[in-house]
Amino acid sequence: MTAPAIEVRGLTKSFGGRRVVDDVTLNVARGEIAGFLGPNGSGKTTTIRLMCGLLTPDAGAGRVLGHDIRREGRAIKREVGYMTQRFSFYEDLTIEENLRFVAGLYDLRPARAVVRDTLADLGLTSRRDQLAGSLSGGWKQRLALAACLMHKPKLLLLDEPTAGVDPKARREFWDEIHARAGDGLTVLVSTHYMDEAERCHRINYIAYGRLVARGSVTEVVRDAGLTTLMMQGAAVHAAAKRLTGMPGVEQVAPFGNTLHVVGSDAALLQRSASAVAQETGCTLSPAETSLEDVFIRLMSQSQDNMS
Amino acid sequence: MIRLLSLIRLFALLRKEAIQMRRDKLTFGMMLGLPLVQLMLFGFAINTDPKALPAALVAPTEDRFTRAMVSALELTGYYRFTYPNASTAEAEALIARGAVSFVVTVPSDFGRRVERGDHPQILIEADATDPSVASGAVSTLSTVATQALQRETGTTPTPEAEAAQLSVIVHKRYNPEGITQYNIVPGLLGVILQLTMVMMTSMALTRETERGTMENLLSMPATPLEIMLGKVLPYLCVGAVQVAVVLAAAKAIFGVPFVGALWLILLGVLVFVLALVILGYLISTLSRTQMQAMQLTFFFFLPSLLLSGFMFPYRGMPAWAQALGEVFPLTHFLRLIRGVMLKGAGPADVAGPLWALALFVVVLSGAALLRFRRTLD
Repeated sequence: MTAPAIEVRGLTKSFGGRRVVDDVTLNVARGEIAGFLGPNGSGKTTTIRLMCGLLTPDAGAGRVLGHDIRREGRAIKREVGYMTQRFSFYEDLTIEENLRFVAGLYDLRPARAVVRDTLADLGLTSRRDQLAGSLSGGWKQRLALAACLMHKPKLLLLDEPTAGVDPKARREFWDEIHARAGDGLTVLVSTHYMDEAERCHRINYIAYGRLVARGSVTEVVRDAGLTTLMMQGAAVHAAAKRLTGMPGVEQVAPFGNTLHVVGSDAALLQRSASAVAQETGCTLSPAETSLEDVFIRLMSQSQDNMS
Repeated sequence: MIRLLSLIRLFALLRKEAIQMRRDKLTFGMMLGLPLVQLMLFGFAINTDPKALPAALVAPTEDRFTRAMVSALELTGYYRFTYPNASTAEAEALIARGAVSFVVTVPSDFGRRVERGDHPQILIEADATDPSVASGAVSTLSTVATQALQRETGTTPTPEAEAAQLSVIVHKRYNPEGITQYNIVPGLLGVILQLTMVMMTSMALTRETERGTMENLLSMPATPLEIMLGKVLPYLCVGAVQVAVVLAAAKAIFGVPFVGALWLILLGVLVFVLALVILGYLISTLSRTQMQAMQLTFFFFLPSLLLSGFMFPYRGMPAWAQALGEVFPLTHFLRLIRGVMLKGAGPADVAGPLWALALFVVVLSGAALLRFRRTLD
């Protein structure tokens, strides 16, 4: 019973000679909301599909909810709710018909009552006769979530669930996820929104098929060992131009009227930044390193490793 | 707990499919409208034994023998003398530009030769650029000519005898009047079923792949057998409706005789439709998009149309083409349906094609289940 929700080692998968997932090891404890981050095409979707039995790994093994991912795919399917990246319910069926269909596939009884409760639970009752194809992004997402939760899974795999959803619906979606996690549901959610990453208990960062960082948000930021300075003033644009390519300066990113200057060698960064600050008449102050700064750094690092 | 086939899950799949069919009005309408439109077009338009073809007559001497010959030819129904008084040169020009299909030349010494019993000859030139145009008309010719002459030279035959002689002229068994529709309409049932069943089934499953719903379906506990039955059964019902429509039209509109047993026809149709639907399912496991599924369907459809014996006589093809024709379910179905409907063949007579169709079902469903990707690999 106390087996971790996800424990997979060395997962590898290639498509047409290209390694899409390369030696990924992932552990997710029960009741945890784990963030799964990485740029587009980094292998997040493939890793999720490997874990729910939709794809067979070329190498590696592991267990999901205590079931072997290679042999017990059917048992995993019963206990896992998987929400695909693309809306994958029937657009020519209404919300209620879609849920009835899912209830039938999971053999949930009494189907009518289960569907009614799910509709009420996720606030879909008023729209139950609407065709899924005519719903907005937020409502589609809600329907997909309802369908994934209806059979009371122990693990929820969400693949970029909030793409194309407005901020209010996103907020509601996350509140829902947190409420469920409070009741003991384990959630693995892939995203590339930083604010969503910060809502997770732990994050796993994958780039070019490899897992490159993991831990809580604070841990990941701390482990990156980056120093960030903030520059303010009228001439930030000129400063940005000057800073690019100077020793110790790894990232220069404008945020409104301020400039974030990031580097891993604190002393070198400080020297370069001070010089430019004096030259352009800007003020320089220390700042918090953000998760985004870390990710940009991780991405460029992995790119270096690849070439 | 998880069985290979759960009726609850199967029912959920069937119900979903039924709702989708009902919502997709255009496709649904096509499934019912297509058979009717095709039936009307093919049934009325295709005629492999064309009659009343334009002909020119070159007859310098107008005697009773010539007149007898001409009227005998006209009575066959194949010839319509649009140019009854042509000269040799005119006739040559007419046939060259396609204004007539035949030129009938009765030589000036024809009457004399008949009376002397000195090998009378007439010349029929047929435009054989389309062989099927000429074949029927030419094949009836010698009998017609001999009989017409016998009548003129011998005693005047009774009207009964004349009618009997005319019926002998057309050497076509089971279809004495050579009505193409008798041959075409039962075959058309096979062609319509083949087109709609294979295409609809293959596209219905590929649509799931294309729209991403297959990923969802696979991540839920449905077995390949359930998914296959969930797709196959609804289209089997659509096929049943099409069969009813076509058979009713065959009877009511075209008056095609139902010589054989109806249950045998229906049994044959059932096995055939099953083979088609499973073939469509197999195609859908091979293609990733609906476009590919459609292309594969047509890749299969055209040769089977040409080689099955629907369009061209099966026995007229070279041996290798006949062998190739055997791999299409349509070939076997045509033998079965034409045998039962037109010749009144019994179960023993059509056991061959029936077993062949059953073999298709077994082999195709085995292949489809093997090909079906339980995973997305």
